[in-house]
Amino acid sequence: MSNEVKKSGRLIKAPENFLTKEDVKNPALMRRKFLAASVSSAAASMAALGLASGSRSAQAAVGQGDPNILNLPAHSTGLGMPVAANPYGMPSQYEKGLQRRESPGLTRVSAASVAFTPLQGTFGIITPSGLHFERHHQGWWDIDPSKHRLMVMGMVKNPKVYTMDDIMRLPSVSRIHFIECGANTAMEWGNVAVPTVQYSHGMVSCSEFTGVPLKVLLDDCGIDMKQAKFILAEGADGSGMTRTIPLDRALDDVIVAYGMNGEMLRPENGYPLRLVVPGIQGVSWVKWLRRIEVGDQKWAAKDEAIHYIDLMPDGLHRQYTGIQETKSVITTPSGGQTLLDKGFYNISGLAWSGRGKIKRVDVSVDGGRNWRTARLETPVLTKAFTRFNIDWVWDGGPAILQSRAQDDTGYVQPKLNQLREVRGTRSIYHQNAIQSWKVAENGEVSNVQVY
Amino acid sequence: MFRFTKSARLMSSSALAAVMVSGALLSGAALAQGKPNLAGIGRTATPAEIKAWDIDVRPDFKGLPAGSGSVAKGQDVWEAKCASCHGVFGESTEVFTPIIGGTTKKDIETGRVANLTRLDFPQRTTMMKVATVSTLWDYINRAMPWTNPKTLTTEEVYSVVAYILNLAEVVPENFVLSDKNIAEVQKRMPNRNGMTEKHGLWDVKGKPDVQNTLCMKDCPTTMKVSSSLPASARDAHGNLMEQHRPIGPARAIDTSKPGATPGPTSAAPAAPAVSAAPAATAVAAAPPAATPAAGGAKPAAGPSGADIAKRNNCVACHAPAAKLVGPSWADISKKYKGDAKAPAMLAQKVKNGGVGTWGPIPMPANSAVKDNELAAVVQWVLDGAK
Repeated sequence: MSNEVKKSGRLIKAPENFLTKEDVKNPALMRRKFLAASVSSAAASMAALGLASGSRSAQAAVGQGDPNILNLPAHSTGLGMPVAANPYGMPSQYEKGLQRRESPGLTRVSAASVAFTPLQGTFGIITPSGLHFERHHQGWWDIDPSKHRLMVMGMVKNPKVYTMDDIMRLPSVSRIHFIECGANTAMEWGNVAVPTVQYSHGMVSCSEFTGVPLKVLLDDCGIDMKQAKFILAEGADGSGMTRTIPLDRALDDVIVAYGMNGEMLRPENGYPLRLVVPGIQGVSWVKWLRRIEVGDQKWAAKDEAIHYIDLMPDGLHRQYTGIQETKSVITTPSGGQTLLDKGFYNISGLAWSGRGKIKRVDVSVDGGRNWRTARLETPVLTKAFTRFNIDWVWDGGPAILQSRAQDDTGYVQPKLNQLREVRGTRSIYHQNAIQSWKVAENGEVSNVQVY
Repeated sequence: MFRFTKSARLMSSSALAAVMVSGALLSGAALAQGKPNLAGIGRTATPAEIKAWDIDVRPDFKGLPAGSGSVAKGQDVWEAKCASCHGVFGESTEVFTPIIGGTTKKDIETGRVANLTRLDFPQRTTMMKVATVSTLWDYINRAMPWTNPKTLTTEEVYSVVAYILNLAEVVPENFVLSDKNIAEVQKRMPNRNGMTEKHGLWDVKGKPDVQNTLCMKDCPTTMKVSSSLPASARDAHGNLMEQHRPIGPARAIDTSKPGATPGPTSAAPAAPAVSAAPAATAVAAAPPAATPAAGGAKPAAGPSGADIAKRNNCVACHAPAAKLVGPSWADISKKYKGDAKAPAMLAQKVKNGGVGTWGPIPMPANSAVKDNELAAVVQWVLDGAK
C-alpha cells in the first residue's frame, strides 16, 4: 500500500456510509475512498482486489488532492463558538466512544458493580477524571461537603471531628498514584473472557491526588504509638466500607484526599473525601471517608473476611492481601483493534508497581520468544503509572505482542502459567500476568493466552 | 492575539505588587516549617458522636453491643427484609451469591470447608468462606438490608445472624444468640481454620510467591494460542467500533459484522466468577445483555422509565418478560391493564414495599425514589416498559 492510501485511510470517519452524493459524482474520489475502506476493513478484501504492497493504483486515485484541503471547511470560513459556551468543558463530540463501560453479565446489580476505564484511548499517565474506573459496593452518592465530617478516634489521646473546612486548611501534598482494584483482570485467570483492554485491565486508573497526609491527622489527635498497630478506615455510604491498614503504611504515604487532577474528587470517586493508599488495592482507598479508628488488632471486616480473600488450590483463603504487584499491559495496539496497514507502529502501554518505581519494560512481538527493552517516558514515579513506547514495523505476518515489567525491587512481572502453578485459577484477585495480544494477518488484534 | 482591556491592565499591575509582598512573607514562613501548630483546627469528638459512628465489631468482639436474638425471630426478620434478595433459605443466586450451602457437619468439626478444594464445586457461599461470626454481625449491622442499611435494631441483627447460623446447622433451631455465647459459636464456624496470612501481599516489603526472569532471547514459549474468545462472543460486549476513537493508528473492529476469520475455539469457556461483586456470574456463560450506552443521543426530557428503573436497581428483581425475584414488567402491565387506580396504588407499593400479590417474597420499600420519578417509572411499566 502506498503512503497516499494509508494517509487517506485516516480521512474516513467510519467504513460504512462513506459515499455521499458528492462522492458519487466524483469517480476518482470514489475510487480513493473505496480503497481506503478496504484497508480498514480487512486484508481479505485487499487480497481480493489484488492490491499488493507498493501498488501504484492508489497514487492516481488521489487525483487533484484531498477535498479536505482543496475545499475550505466551515470552521475555516466562519465564526466559531464564544468563550464559556461550555462553562465546564467536555471532550469533543468525536470522542464519545471512549466511556466507562460495564462488562455485560459480570454483575447483576449495577449498584454493586464495575465500570471500566477505556485504557485503549488514554495517553500518558493521567486518567481523565471522568474516565476513572468506578467500583461501588452499595451505590454512589453526591454528598453535601458542608455536612461531611471525618472522625479520628480509637487509640488516640484526643478523638477529633474535622469538617471539610478544617481538612482543607491543613498542610497538603499532591502526588500521582495509580489505583487498581484487586480484581482487575480477574476474569482472565482460567481463559480469555473479554475482548478489549478496557475490560481486561480497565479497573486501574492514575491521578494526581491532593490532600492531607494521614500522619498529620494521627499526630494531631495524639496517636498512642505504644499500642497502635493498625488503623480502620470507614466510608459514609450504605456499604460502610471498612478496611484494616497496617500502621507503617498509614504513617508512610497514605493521604486523606479531596483533590483529584486539579479539581475536587468526582462523586463516583468519593467526593468530598477519600483515602489514598498508594500501592494497595483500590478497596482500601475508602471513599466518602467518615472515620479513622486506631486499634491494636485487625478487624476482619466484610471486605477482608468474605470478599477480597484469595482462594488457593489447597482450599485456604489468603486474607489481608493488599499489595498490587508489578504489572504492565500494551494499550495500543490492543484487543478489538485492526491495524490499517503494514509498516511502522508505536507500541505503547502502561506499567505500574505497588512496591515502588518501574525500572524497565521489555516488549516481545513473537509471543515471548525474543524481547526488546522499551523506552520509559517521564516522569517515572513510585506507585504510579509509567508510560512505555517502542518502535515496531509490522511485516503483515501473524504476531503476538506482550509486555513484561520489572520494578525497582527486582521483581519481574510473571507469566500466567507461573501464577497458576502457585495460585491455581480460582483466587480471583491479584492477577498481574503478562498480557498477550494476537495480531492476525488481516490486521485484527485479539485477546489470547499463550502461557 | 490576546489583549487585556485597560482596566485589566491596571489590575494586573496592582496584583503583581500584591504577589511580591506575599512572596516575601512566604519565604519567611517556609523557614519556620517544622511540626505545624494546628491549634483550633478540628474539635474533640463528643462521647455521643463516637457512639453513633463507632459501630465496628472485631473478631475478639470488641465493639459488639450487648443483646440477643433468637432463630425464630430471625426467620421473621429474614422473610420480611432479606429473602427478597437472598431467598427464603439463603440459597438464592438470583441477586447475590448465596449465603448458605456447601458446608457439612464434618466441616464444623474440622473448621475447614472440604468443598473449597473441589474444582467442580459451582460457587462459594458466604458460609463456606467466612471464618468469624463477628464479620457476619458487623456486615449485617452496617450494610443490610441492601436498600436500607443501618436500619436494623440490635436484636434484629442478633436474630438474623442466629437464623443464618441455624440454616448452616451451626446452631440448633431453638437457639438464642447473644453477646454472652457468641464467642463459643465462633468456635463452630465451618471455615474458622480456613484463612492464612502466610503470603507476601500484606507488607510492602513482602516476598513475592512467583518469580519470572528477564530472559531476552530464544526464551521458552510455544507461540501456541491456548485460549481466545469464541466467535460467538464477538459482540458480547457490544460493537467494539463504538468503543474506540475513530482516528489513530488502528481502528476498532466492527463486531456487528461477522469476523473475516473465525477465531480458534476456546479451550474452556467458563471464566471464574468475580466475587468482588456480590452478584458475579461467569462472563462467558452470561447472555449478551443490554449493550452499554454508546453515548450519543440522550433524550431531551427527564430520565426515561428505563433509566429510572436501572438507576434505582429495580432491574435487579424485575425483567422485561421473565419472572426473576419479582414479576416481569409484562406481567404487571397485563394485570393492571385498564385499571385507573393502578398508577397511584403501584406508586405507593414501590415506595413502601408490599407482599402477597405475586407470591410470598416481599418487595422492599424504596423510600429514596423521588415522587415524580416514582410516577414516571410506574407509568412506564404500565405502558409496557418500552
